[in-house]
Formats: sequence, C-alpha cells, structure tokens
Amino acid sequence: MDVIDEGVGRLFTDPDADNARAHFKTKSRALTNKLMSLKDAVAKYVHDGEYLAIGGFGANRTPIAACHEIVRQKKKNMAFAGHTSTHDFQVLCAGKVFNKLDIAYIVGLEARGLSSNARKYMQSGEVEVSEWTNYCLSARLKAAAMGISFVPIRNVMGTDTFKFSGAKIIECPFTGQKYAAMPALWPDVSVIHVHEADMYGNCRIRDITVSDLDLAKASKHLIITCERLIPNEEIRREPTLTLIPFFCVDAVCEVPYGAYPGVMAYEYFSDEEHIREWLTVEKDPEAFKEFLDKNIYNVESHFDYIRLHGGMEKMLALRDKELMTTGNGNNG
Amino acid sequence: MADYNTMELMIVTGARELKSGASVAVGTGAPCAAAMLAQKTHASDLLIIFEAGGIDPQLPEMPISVGDSRTIWKACQATSMTDTMELFCRGMVDYTFLGGAQIDMYGNLNSTRIGPDHQKPKVRFPGSGGANDFGSFCWNMMVMTPQDSKRFAEKCDYITTPGYLEGGDSRDKSGLAKGSGPYRVITNMAVMDFEPKSKRMRIKSINPGYSEKDVRDNCGFELLAHKQIAETHHPTKKELTVLREEVDPYRYVIGR
Repeated sequence: MDVIDEGVGRLFTDPDADNARAHFKTKSRALTNKLMSLKDAVAKYVHDGEYLAIGGFGANRTPIAACHEIVRQKKKNMAFAGHTSTHDFQVLCAGKVFNKLDIAYIVGLEARGLSSNARKYMQSGEVEVSEWTNYCLSARLKAAAMGISFVPIRNVMGTDTFKFSGAKIIECPFTGQKYAAMPALWPDVSVIHVHEADMYGNCRIRDITVSDLDLAKASKHLIITCERLIPNEEIRREPTLTLIPFFCVDAVCEVPYGAYPGVMAYEYFSDEEHIREWLTVEKDPEAFKEFLDKNIYNVESHFDYIRLHGGMEKMLALRDKELMTTGNGNNG
Repeated sequence: MADYNTMELMIVTGARELKSGASVAVGTGAPCAAAMLAQKTHASDLLIIFEAGGIDPQLPEMPISVGDSRTIWKACQATSMTDTMELFCRGMVDYTFLGGAQIDMYGNLNSTRIGPDHQKPKVRFPGSGGANDFGSFCWNMMVMTPQDSKRFAEKCDYITTPGYLEGGDSRDKSGLAKGSGPYRVITNMAVMDFEPKSKRMRIKSINPGYSEKDVRDNCGFELLAHKQIAETHHPTKKELTVLREEVDPYRYVIGR
C-alpha cells in the first residue's frame, strides 16, 4: 500500500500485531485470585521506561489512588497516553513520571482551568511528544483490541495535528478515499477504576466507558481498582453486566473512593474545593513541594489521603452531591 | 436596550442556530449553556451528545467535565467515546461549538501551542482533545469566542483543528468528510459565516453597540462582508430568563 503522507511524531510502542500476539499467547487464561494491595500491584506491574495508560476520563472514574501510588513509588521515564487526561495528568506531572507522551488532551482540567505545573513541565523541553486526538487514541486502542496493526479513520488530514503525529495517510483500495492510518497502541500497563470486580477481575462499570473496554483488551498488563469487591457468584448470576472479563486482568485492588477527588458516577461527586487547592498551590513551587509531601509522599495509602481531606464525612457529603440529595453529609 | 452582557448575547445567538430534531455535540461552558438554552426554548427535541459517552441527558446543571456524571443524568445511553466518535464519522452530528487560542480566515483553529518549537513550546495548550475530530466530521462547526486581532490571526502558529484549510476546495481534497466544516463564528462583536466559494470568513451581522470598524480593527486578517450586514438580534426576555434562572443560575458562564 502506498503511503501518501506521514507525520513526524515518533511511535513509542511497537505496532506489530504478531509481536503483540506473542505476548498475549503467554498471558494467563486461568481463573485465579488476583487480589493484592495497590502498593504491590504498582510495584509488580508498573516499570520504569514502559508505556502507561490510565482509564476513565480525566477526573471521572479515574484511578487517582493508583496515580498517587505510581508517583509515590517514583516511577520514571515512562511513556504515557495523554488521552482525555486532566487531574490524572496533573498528578503524574507532579512526579515527572513520564518523559514520552502521546497527546490528545493534556494540561487542562476542562472548565476548571489549566494546571500551571503540568504546563511548566510541557514547556520545559523534557518531554518528547507526538500529537493525536481523542478519537485517534481511541482508534489506536481499538486496532490493538482487534489484533491488527492499524485502523483507517478520517480525521486530522490537512492539519498540524497530523503533521506532528505518527499517523500515515493511505488510500482506500475500494474507493480511492484518503484515510489517516492509526497505528495500534498496546500499552505495557494500564490501570482502570471500576465500580465492582470479583477477585478474578471480572468487572462491572455503571458509567460511560470512554475507551476503557478497548484499553482493557489492548493492555499487556492491567491493574483494576474497584469501589467494591463482589463474589464471583454475583458475576455469574448476571453475566450481561460484565464489561471487562477476568482474562484481561492481572491485579485486582479494592480501593473504595479510589477516584477521589474525582467523580465516580452514582457513588460520589468530585471534591471541587480540593481540586482547586491543587490548581492554586501549584503556582508556588515551595508550597507545592510541601503539598506533595503532605498528600502523596508522606502518606501510606489512599485512605490516609482521604482522611486528610475530611474522611468518611466528606465522602458522604460528596455522595449527597452526586445523587443531588441533601442530608447524607450530616450523618457523620 | 435590554440589559444583558456579551456572554449572554453570544450564548443566545449560538442557541438560536440549533434546530429541534438536530444533534449537537458540546463541551463544557458556553457551548453547553447554548445547547441547554436551545433545548429549553425553541428546540425541545435537540439531541445533546457528550464525546466521552453521554447521550441525551436531562442535564440537571452544567457539567464541569464532558465526562462527569451530569452528562449521563437521566440520559438515554451511557456509551463509549469510540461510539460517540463513530456517530460523527457516520454523519449523525449536525452542530458543535469549538474555541481556540487562534483562528484564521478559513476557520482553522489552534488549541495546541504558541511558538515555533514543537518539542519546547513557548505556551502549551491542551491540544486537540476531541476538537480535531469534531472539526473533521461535524456538518456545521461553530466557533464561539471573544474577538481581538491576536486571536483572529493571519496565520495560526499551529492548526489543531481543520476549518476550510487553505480555502476553496482544499478541505474536500484533503480527504476530510465532504460537506462538513465551519458554519458560524460568534464573537462578542459580530456573527460571521463563510463565503461559499473562497471559504473565507465573512461578516453576517454586527452585535448591538459595535460598528463594522470595531469588527475589522479587532481582526488580524481581511474579513469579507455580506452586501447587507444585519444587526444581531437582541436576546428576548424569555431567553434571558431561562438562561439566568434555569441554565446557569450560579452564573458560572454568564458571570465571566
């Protein structure tokens, strides 16, 4: 197939389908207990220099507890999928976890404004970047989930987003239509936060799924954090609710409020006050260093972090906000 | 003259473009306010789509994120981003609103960087997100933005999202979806559309309180103009009431 044009962005992963198949050939299909602590899961599956992806959408059903743990364990030199990343990106930038980046959306926290520290890091020249779009990265994960090396889609052509991507423009063999070929993206490790999982890794999500179902299939290693652990009998009682099956999953960590300070649909709304604190304190490097010590480095676990910010009383108030009820937050 | 601010006028002007029975993909802030206002006034059958997967919610308040739980509040479906992007690809999305740090005469948008060095930009912005996707496929892409001669640039430092690229038939030739592209540019001063052949931005109406000179002085490129430039309609009392009391009671957007 002729390549009509190509972007200058580097690919940080290998798009070869047979190489990916060779990995998945070795992946366990066994129904085994995968429960472990988040600390152990990150130590075991997140490695310096490898490619990391994070599920959810920025500050919505995002495994923030895992992002903190990755920063706490001082993982470095990773490549990262900056796909709909907002508060997760802000946290990973605080630890300078990655220095290679596929970009769809970074630096901003949508309506809340921009992270000054993330912006500073991105303007430092320390991070090698390739540009994509939300759909490009979704499509790259879809190609990987399909076990093929690329999918053709019809965006980016004619723009600098294409020019600075690693995509190539090809021609349809049937119609002659031009398409942008999106290379498959197989992350080395991903973390996805879900509502419920059993100890084998069968997962239920009561929310938009963003790109998570393809991400789960595409990831070479997958850590699941869940709000609640449920018995396998419950999964088997209603198998239509299983969105991620056990054989995609390597570790299951029960982390209630694991998306805090972000939103978890039907569970708790975001703690906007604390997210604002992040955005404000970043502007002062000294104060930010203290803030990170207090909230991440000198903290044992996500539960300690939550205790620092109002504990269970705060969680109930955030449930009130999520469900648009009143009175629950006074139940402390 | 009715008592309203510029943001209120822009939102009302945007909302009026949205037809009942059509679909609109929105982001947070002013675009979402415009879609909510349209749905609560003239376009009750407007299908609202959030790119992260929220389909046809009954928004109880304005979302903070296009993926937060408000975007699936009493919604018809909570799906995936790939699924909503495929709606765009199949030609099912009629309208959207975008913005950017720069826009040129063909409606190309920059939301990525200022400065020439891509690996070490002078100013880094969020990048495309879904903007390039929306701009690549949406039948009628609208831009809602304040206007000045820096933002309305002769040449964007970087084209994140396609408008009509280099004008004429360059967009069709690029391979992007035929018949899609920029439709309106709604600013604090005026409403622009695009001349059908050259695909250059053109003044359609001017907002109350501004002159054609103001609009041209605050634009870094030469604007075409309709033979008869109209005055942008004032918001009605009803539109302002719904916007202030139901859409944005805490003035998150209209208070800016």
